[in-house]
Amino acid sequence: MDLSCTPEEEEFRGRLREWLAKVLPTLPAGPSPDDWPGRRAYDLGWQRMLYDAGYADVHWDASPTTRLIFLEETEKAGAPYVGAGFVGLLHAGPTIAAEGTAEQRARWLPPILRGEEVWCQGFSEPGAGSDLAALRTRAWRDGDDYVVSGSKIWTSHAEVADWCELLVRTDPDVPKHQGITWLAMPMDAEGITVRPLRTLAGSAEFAEVFLDEVRVPVGNRVGAENDGWRVTMVTLSFERGTAFVGEVVACRRVLGELACAARENGRWDDPVLRRRLGRLEAEFRALWRLTQWNVSEAEASGGVPGAGGSVFKLRYSQARQELYDTAADVLGPDAFDLDRPWVLDRLSALSYTIAAGTSQIQRNIVAERILGLPKGR
Amino acid sequence: MRFQLSADQRALRAGVRELLERRFGREALRAAVDTPGRLDRELWRALGDAGFFALRQPEADGGVGLGLPETVLAFEEAGRALLPGPLVATHLAAGTVPGAAGGETVVAAVDGELVEWLDAADVVLGDTGGAAPLRSLDPLTPLHRVPAARDGAATAPLADLLTAAEQLGTAVRVGELAVQHARTREQFGQPIGAFQAVKHLCADLLVRTETARVAVYAAAVTADPADIAAARLLADEAAVHGARDCLQVHGGMGFTWEADVHLHLKRAWVRARRGGGSTESEELLAARLVA
Ligand SMILES: Cc1cc2nc3c(=O)[nH]c(=O)nc-3n(C[C@H](O)[C@H](O)[C@H](O)COP(=O)(O)OP(=O)(O)OC[C@H]3O[C@@H](n4cnc5c(N)ncnc54)[C@H](O)[C@@H]3O)c2cc1C
Repeated sequence: MDLSCTPEEEEFRGRLREWLAKVLPTLPAGPSPDDWPGRRAYDLGWQRMLYDAGYADVHWDASPTTRLIFLEETEKAGAPYVGAGFVGLLHAGPTIAAEGTAEQRARWLPPILRGEEVWCQGFSEPGAGSDLAALRTRAWRDGDDYVVSGSKIWTSHAEVADWCELLVRTDPDVPKHQGITWLAMPMDAEGITVRPLRTLAGSAEFAEVFLDEVRVPVGNRVGAENDGWRVTMVTLSFERGTAFVGEVVACRRVLGELACAARENGRWDDPVLRRRLGRLEAEFRALWRLTQWNVSEAEASGGVPGAGGSVFKLRYSQARQELYDTAADVLGPDAFDLDRPWVLDRLSALSYTIAAGTSQIQRNIVAERILGLPKGR
Repeated sequence: MRFQLSADQRALRAGVRELLERRFGREALRAAVDTPGRLDRELWRALGDAGFFALRQPEADGGVGLGLPETVLAFEEAGRALLPGPLVATHLAAGTVPGAAGGETVVAAVDGELVEWLDAADVVLGDTGGAAPLRSLDPLTPLHRVPAARDGAATAPLADLLTAAEQLGTAVRVGELAVQHARTREQFGQPIGAFQAVKHLCADLLVRTETARVAVYAAAVTADPADIAAARLLADEAAVHGARDCLQVHGGMGFTWEADVHLHLKRAWVRARRGGGSTESEELLAARLVA
């Protein structure tokens, strides 16, 4: 067991730190959370800066440890979050890198890296959430195109996306896991209607997407026809396995800030609150170790992150909610003022035990895939 | 970064597990339960011969010359096997109390208002004046009560870390027992492990264990007191909560003397109070936040 990095990795960290210290002060202030076009432009602008400085491909070309260092250092320095780049950089891109043809990689990966194209994820449907394989959006072959009709829901960033990683049913007559196909759908195609949905935090973070005979070229299919479920598992393992790394660092920073705030407003003298903060510190220390452990494991096996991502997601989503509930106790009456820090975060933390697979579904995965318990009948 | 067990570490862990299975299997465990207070000196010496107490002693002094990570792995196995005896106190006394390293001398220590294994020990560290025996909750750990500690209950961070490693072992073992039972016991025409309510108990048990594992291993690498405090908190939780959940999965069988589950839970409780319990660790970590 070794927690230290190689000299090359430390050299990377040093260079990155220096670069961040130089460029971050020059960045303009971010847009308001509701300004989606503004956020798109801002997030892509940041990605472009990373690209020009040679850091853009860290999400899928570098070693896992290097990527961990990248996420740790950018978060510590207070660099912009991947934001609108989330799906492209953290799971659609890695999926195409792992499963796409050379042509597909050449078509889609460089624009993601250069901060030119935004992706969204069209997996969930009104009747297919936890039971994702029950999806009904249909696709027919017509010449060199698939013709797609149906609807998707909870599609984050759909309003500002150029591409959608889309799951469609290409064969309704086989068991539900077998007739699914993974497509890259251009969001400006004819027949697509995006209707924003307002979240409980007040902003239009996700949307409904209606598809009415949308034509998607057959060449946009990643993996074989009807083999989409397997490709989907690759996508989900990236989404659950490694996409939250930077956030753990952010949570640890918030925890430190909370302790200082509590000292200033006198709540620190309450031993119950103080001990809760201490326990959260233990929790986030351990979550960071779990991240390092999973990354080391991925590095050793050289593959896609495994079901261990579900262990992390279960614990982290819970801890994040506890963190912001504790923040509310530190804030006192300010916890009801949407203009105070941490109040919106407390609301958005509520999604963590739902999005990317609910905690109940993660427990099923842990029990069946890691512990080998029988599937329920 | 290679935050994974090395091949040598894996081999060491397998070796300790094999030794304990051979010398302290299920029959020996139940025999120990039936003869409370008796410490198996032969087993103690065998542990000494295998280097259990001298793992961190320099080779020049006849020790094994390994580090904290290896020691933590050995203690995890001891916890998993429910090995009785003042293991932590004796291990920490190796190098200072003659005979401790080799397993000839059994060393116990006062910890707060309790002492584990006072009568069986050759040497007891700390003030034992006024010690009175308790009818111990844990049939595998005889306890004495001493008057309220004169100088607080602060223990060395190393004792906390080794305790955390033992707790991790307990969490691992009760997880194995729960899953085994959930796979084989049938109700309503299928294994109970096919029911979500049971599945989710087992999944949460594993999540707590794996989180505690990385915290304990990382603390063994850094030896940082805050990492150790975090490891203690998570390992105590994983052991105590895990043993309770394991008992639940066993149903009525879990409430019997005959099932081993209660032995794990009782031991987890006894260990969890060592060194002042969770209060100290939580306060230490809180202080770190504003340091
Ligand atoms: C903020 C946010 C962003 C999202 N972004 C996207 C996105 O960009 N793209 C996308 O495709 N999807 C997205 N989702 C959708 C998300 O993946 C689904 O909401 C999630 O998988 C749950 O599905 P559902 O909402 O249909 O709930 P349901 O499946 O209806 O679940 C409702 C409740 O029933 C429980 N339940 C259901 N089945 C079982 C079972 N077998 N065992 C035990 N309990 C069960 C669930 O745990 C939950 O508590 C997002 C969701 C959120 C909240």
